[in-house]
Amino acid sequence: MKKVILKIEGLKKSFGSKEVIKDFDLNIYEGEFLTLLGSSGCGKTTILRMIAGLDSVTEGHIYIDEKEVTTLDPKYREVNTIFQNYALFPLMTVEENIGFGLKMKKVDKKVIKQRVQEMLELVHLQGYEKRMPKELSGGEQQRVSIARALINKPKVLLLDEPLSALDQKLRKSMQLELKQLQKKLGITFIYVTHSQDEALTMSDRIVLLKDGKIEQVDTPIKIYEHPNSLYTAQFLGESNLFTGTVSVVDEKYTLVNVDDQVLKILSQKWKVDDSLDIILRPENIKIDVKNKQENVLEGKIVESIYDGASTKLMIRVQKRLISAMYLGNDKLYSKGQVVSVSWDIEDAIVLKRDVYEK
Amino acid sequence: MKKIMENLYLVLVFLFLFLPIAVLILFSFNTSKLNIVFQGFTFHWYFDLFQNRTLLEALFHTLIVAGVSTVISVIVGTISAYGLHKYSFKGKNLINGLLYIPVVIPEIVLGIALLSVYTLLELELGLFTLILAHICFCIPFVIISVRSVLEGMDPHIEEVASDLGASKFQIFTKIVIPMLMPGILSGAQLALTLSLDDVVISYFTAGPGANTLPLQVYSMIKTGITPDVNALITIMLGIVFIILTISTVVQLRRFKKESSV
Repeated sequence: MKKVILKIEGLKKSFGSKEVIKDFDLNIYEGEFLTLLGSSGCGKTTILRMIAGLDSVTEGHIYIDEKEVTTLDPKYREVNTIFQNYALFPLMTVEENIGFGLKMKKVDKKVIKQRVQEMLELVHLQGYEKRMPKELSGGEQQRVSIARALINKPKVLLLDEPLSALDQKLRKSMQLELKQLQKKLGITFIYVTHSQDEALTMSDRIVLLKDGKIEQVDTPIKIYEHPNSLYTAQFLGESNLFTGTVSVVDEKYTLVNVDDQVLKILSQKWKVDDSLDIILRPENIKIDVKNKQENVLEGKIVESIYDGASTKLMIRVQKRLISAMYLGNDKLYSKGQVVSVSWDIEDAIVLKRDVYEK
Repeated sequence: MKKIMENLYLVLVFLFLFLPIAVLILFSFNTSKLNIVFQGFTFHWYFDLFQNRTLLEALFHTLIVAGVSTVISVIVGTISAYGLHKYSFKGKNLINGLLYIPVVIPEIVLGIALLSVYTLLELELGLFTLILAHICFCIPFVIISVRSVLEGMDPHIEEVASDLGASKFQIFTKIVIPMLMPGILSGAQLALTLSLDDVVISYFTAGPGANTLPLQVYSMIKTGITPDVNALITIMLGIVFIILTISTVVQLRRFKKESSV
């Protein structure tokens, strides 16, 4: 078992009478890349700010490396934060910005200079010492802010949507770079984002938040392929939803009545009359595949959308609009064409519909 | 034709603005004692000026009052602006609104009010009461000018500084103050000019021993303004002009440096 570097117990936060974080518990392990994912207003940034000590904790405890820091001043916490807008000190050079943390700790000037050099090398900004933040591009500014945080050798690095102000291409390359940096240094990263792509590509584990509560904590593969709630399934990636009632259960297969069709799924713990959500990812939808016996529906192409390397299809199946996709950009189907839609039985994500949940 | 009209318009506006000053400078070199006709060129009044003890003393008082009240109102005003910006407390909006009262209130009201307070407290009128009065009307200007810079400041910058181990005091002195400098300087400039040429409030709060230059000149109207006043004003104008030139050049250089990237 890996060492727990950050432990959060029963964390709550209220702004006035509004409860933003409700009972948040989490262990974060040394060297882990953990992502807090959620829509805006779900409280992910608030959690980060409480870990950093920038927001006070209403209730609960935070431990960093087994030491309680719940009420400790930010300057005494062995964590550092990186903000979305970089927040570089505008009147200081790159060198002074990066060296700021060590200067506050009264480290010897020569040592600071040497450490700054190491950091510049780490983020590939050698020769930028004397530049001012204004003279840097967005990506360069973000590198400086990363160097400025890492020079303090924090036990945990907190990143608050650090890439969302960059353009798509730069964002992709910075994602890779951050991930490599994290592996190389072995520092725990807690990364806040609303982008599911970023969460899926970078994280070791994803914490999906909903209204200040944890919806699911899992690896990217598990959270995408085995979501434990409809919310998770729909938040990460696109999904086609079929809602129905179990009619027949046998050893291997279960039959579900969806509208006036019968769909076949793998038997698990389902019982007759259970209400089920069947979720299918667009990439798992197969079109016009021969030799399929079960779960073959007839549909009509409504739209074929060009998306560069892939093509997206909107298919009307009775009242339902199903989205599918295939790799490549050849226009294989035209509007109005009648096709058959199917999927591999094990690709269907099946969840029991909670009667109390709307 | 249009071009000529445009230029003419410009010339007229500048004449309107600067003719009085030009006349004043011109007459400081006039051999005649009267500010009516130019009779000949002389430096006489400049020599005279340095013999005129009352005038020099008034100048000295003005500089003392302006200097002290500017420094104090800049310090108090900057800290107040920071506090008003950063912390929320009951009655904050009220205080923010009240700030504008000394700015919009007629000077004569403030002058009388201050005089009544001084009388009530049995303070003897003099340089001290004068400085106090000037600080009183300068502070709001400093607060307003500093606050406008504060509002444009990224709040994350202070958080980063504390995250990197800076104490509240270090954040204020090492990060906030340098960033507020443009606001502090323009506040100081406002305070200095307001204090330098204030007549009305000073009239009520100065007392007999603390004559300032504007008060002195004002009182001279009754007996007739001597050309050595013109000489004094010309010297002051010259100093102001040099300071303005330096600050403009510095700003231009900084602007060029920033935009050259």
